[in-house]
Order: sequence, then C-alpha cells, then structure tokens
Amino acid sequence: MSDVDLSVSIGSLHLRNPILLASGTVGYGNEIAEFIDLNKIGGIVTKSLSLKPRKGNLPQRVVETPSGMLNAIGLANIGVEEFLNIKIPFLKKFDTKIICNIAASSIEEYVDCTKILTTEETISAFEINISCPNVKQGGLEFGHDKKAVSRITEAVKSETSKPVFIKLSPNVSRISEFALAAKEAGADAVSAINTLVGTAFDINTCKPKIKNITGGLSGPAIKPVALAKVLEIKRNVDIPIIGIGGIFSWQDAVEFMIAGASAFQLGTVNFVHPNISETMINDLILYCEKKKITSIKNLTGSYIL
Amino acid sequence: MFLENAKVQSITQLGTNIFLLTLISEKIAAHAKPGQFVNVKISNTSFPLLRRPFSICKVAEDSFSIMFVSIGSGTSALQNKQPGEILDVMGPLGNGFSINDKFNKAIIVAGGIGAAPFPFLISELLKSKKEVYCLTGAKTKTDCITYDMINVSTATDDGSLGFAGNVVELLASKIDEINEGTVKIFGCGPNAMLKSLQHFCAEHSLESEISTESSMACGYGICQGCPIESTKNKDKFLLVCKDGPVFNAKDIELP
Repeated sequence: MSDVDLSVSIGSLHLRNPILLASGTVGYGNEIAEFIDLNKIGGIVTKSLSLKPRKGNLPQRVVETPSGMLNAIGLANIGVEEFLNIKIPFLKKFDTKIICNIAASSIEEYVDCTKILTTEETISAFEINISCPNVKQGGLEFGHDKKAVSRITEAVKSETSKPVFIKLSPNVSRISEFALAAKEAGADAVSAINTLVGTAFDINTCKPKIKNITGGLSGPAIKPVALAKVLEIKRNVDIPIIGIGGIFSWQDAVEFMIAGASAFQLGTVNFVHPNISETMINDLILYCEKKKITSIKNLTGSYIL
Repeated sequence: MFLENAKVQSITQLGTNIFLLTLISEKIAAHAKPGQFVNVKISNTSFPLLRRPFSICKVAEDSFSIMFVSIGSGTSALQNKQPGEILDVMGPLGNGFSINDKFNKAIIVAGGIGAAPFPFLISELLKSKKEVYCLTGAKTKTDCITYDMINVSTATDDGSLGFAGNVVELLASKIDEINEGTVKIFGCGPNAMLKSLQHFCAEHSLESEISTESSMACGYGICQGCPIESTKNKDKFLLVCKDGPVFNAKDIELP
C-alpha cells in the first residue's frame, strides 16, 4: 500500500481520488463498467439529463479532426424518469460518486429536474450544463449570459442541499467572470471547460462534415486552451475547479491540477482507451511518490509562475 | 468484449487498394460472431486519434482478420503494418447476423468493401448446412471482391466483369431462379445499395438482414455518435455500434 493520499474534496463532496469521468463520455456508467471497476475512481458524471427524453441531432454527429473530434449529439438522453427507474438501480451497486449532469432549455426545467433528482440518495452532486454548444435552445445561450448563469445557479441551489457545479463554456472572452457569477450565486465549484465550437468541411461536397454545421471540439487539441481557462479562473476567483479538456494521460491530468484543478474529468479519452481512468491511478501515486507529495490535494494550484 | 494488444500475423493485398489484415487474438476469435466488428487503434499517437471500426472478416483458432480498402489517413496507415507489430483492438462489438432462424438458402449481397463480413458468415452458414449463393458488385473489375465466396456471381457498373449493372439489379435478374425454398438475404455495402436492397426485399417479401456503417467515436454505445432511424420507434434513434451494425432490413431507415 502506498502512503500517498489521493483523496480530494470539492466543497462538501469527498472523492477517493480526483478522477472523474466526464458527462457525455460514459453514458450512465453501464457500458464503461465492462472495462473498469467504477469503485476505484472518484466518480462519474452522467450524460446530460433533461426533464423529458431527447432524441438528439440527426447524423452525422461525430467527425475526427487533428488531435481531436467534433461532436454534435444534441443532448440525446433518456430523461429524468427513465434515468431514475432504469439507470439508478445499476449505479446503486457501486461505491463511487454519481454526479448528475442536467441540461435544460429553461430555468423552470433546471428547477424541475433538480427537484426530482435531489430526492435520489445515490446522486451525490449536480453538474449544471449551461454550455452545450449543440442545441439551439438553452445550453450555450445561458452559458454566454452572466445574469442567466447567476439565475440558474441560484434556482438550482434553492432546490437542493447537494453540491452544485456549473459547467462553463470556453467560448467566451473572460471565463473567470462566469466563474465569479457562479460563485456569487452559490455554486460549489465550476467545471471547466465544455467543448469549443468548431466545424469541418468536406472538400468534395462543400458541405459541413457535421449535420448540425458546427460541433463541439474535444480531445488533445483543446488541452492548452482548457489549461489556460483553468489557470485564469484559479488566479481570479476563489472557487474549486474541476478541470476538463483533452486529458489523454496521467501527465495531462497532473497539468490540470497544477493549473488549479481540485479534480479532473476524463472525456474523449474514454472513447479510445476506456480503461485509462483505472490504469492512471497507479501512475498518479508513482508521480506523487517521486515528487514527495503526500496528498494529491497539494498539487492543486501548485504552479510557479 | 475485450481490449487486446493483438500482434499482426500477416497482411495480404487482395486487390488494387484492398487488404486483408490478420491479427492474433484467441479471445476475440473465440467470441466473435459473423457480422460483429472490432474497433482498432491504428497508431499509438494521437493521429489518428479515434479507433476505426472494421467488420470481422474471418476467424481461425487463435486469430481473426479484417478486410479494408485503403482510402483515408487511417486505412493507409493500416496498410503499412508489418507482421509482428502490435495493434490495440477492442472487440468483438455489436450484434451480428442471425443464422439460426428458419431458412435453408442464404443469398449474400455485397457492394464493394461490403464483402468484408461475409467470409466469416459464409463459413458459419455452411456449418449450419445452409445453401449459400453470393452476389458481389463494384464499380469496376479491379474493385470487385470475391474473396472466400462460393457460388458467386459478379456485377460491375461498367460491365468490365460479370453482369453490367449494380448488385441489386443482378439480384433482381436472378431472383426467379434463386427464390426457391426459404430464402434469407444478407446484405452489406454503401447506403444507396442497402436502400435499394431494402426496397427490393420489401417488394418481394424476402427476409433480410443488412450490415450498416457509420462514423463513430467509441464503438461501444457511449458516445451516441452513430444514430440510425428506427422504423418501430420514431422517438429514439438506434445506435449502429450497439443495436447494430446488423439490423433486420425492416427495422431501420437508412440515411
């Protein structure tokens, strides 16, 4: 057994280690559980849930781009009711934190979803998606309006005593202002970043490769942008940060913690290496041992500028 | 489903840009069913970043093969793999063909590289004592794949080999002589061909299963990147990777 303490806290949420799986890249946990032991990671963030099921966008929904991919899934999801009836019984079996991601097209819908989901004890925290770039209603509109960020955060907080994380859009000029708006409205943490808006064209047909015309860029291509956004928040706002954006290795994850993240989420990498969340645990321990770090918490914001 | 570091046993060129790559994996070989696929990480760098899906073309005791056309950046990197190299492979994935239902005659209809899943299917059909006829078509002679097929008739758009026309037209021209007993059609090829095959089978009340393809990121149901319209439930897409890639032709609406 190693003496390194990998546990971290995000507000009142305690995680056995800082490894979380990002919304939209683990479904509701059942598929990825074929590759990893969910009991070994910090937790999973569910696919965005809306009040009613959503069919999502027409294909083509995904395309690979240099060191990344564009997706425009359109928040396809099973809705709150089916999640509680079908997915929660499976998730109950695991000793891992379940963070429920909510995406809605109105403040009322965020409130309604929270009200229903907060009664389920298996859910440890909420991540509020105000930054999906691929749906016309809600999502991005909210994420680009500081007042809307405040209103949604306040509304959700008033419905639950569980920690609430606001997932921020990188498609703004000053992300720290949005982090501040979330903090002042009572958010327990911010998740940064959601995907960057991008597109790609087929040079033979002159049509966009994604049916939605634009999609959200993820993968290693966005890692430097994500790190800069995390650092910007860390230097300007006193709020825990969950770092997300192109982490493909334990070294990438360590960079996010150095830049200011208390925990991090693995996203696109789950598509390619579905067992990486489990295999990187030992790598993080070895790194801490080598650096004589007794608690991984001490890595957070340890940058020397 | 397994994640395997599979060693390349051999790579053989079958046609102008058509290759057969054989990888060693006892587990995948033992568990694969015809019509299932594997998702292959072509390099260990971030180029290409995502895995690429390929039908399982045939299996042996401790190995399986994939057939591919070298057409893009991923497949051209794949064609340069040498025996002994290791590839990170996920599989077997998806739902394959059903061969245990009541039919005694299988008609294989392949368009271009759509021939890929059929060598495996044909060998299983023969084990189940089914009669097998193969129709395979392509734009031109050099693209026409007959690898490991039996009782094979060919079609080419330019008439350079066999029937002049597409493979569904070839099927139409032969249906009267083939359609005896209980027939089941197995199709794989480009969407336009599969659509016309769906139409043909509906018109002639022929039972058929088709193997579809789609861009996908994960191959195991989490990215939701490969939706396909269901004819039974319009409120929800099916996923090519998990609900397919093989579907009853009546169950899906092709894009």
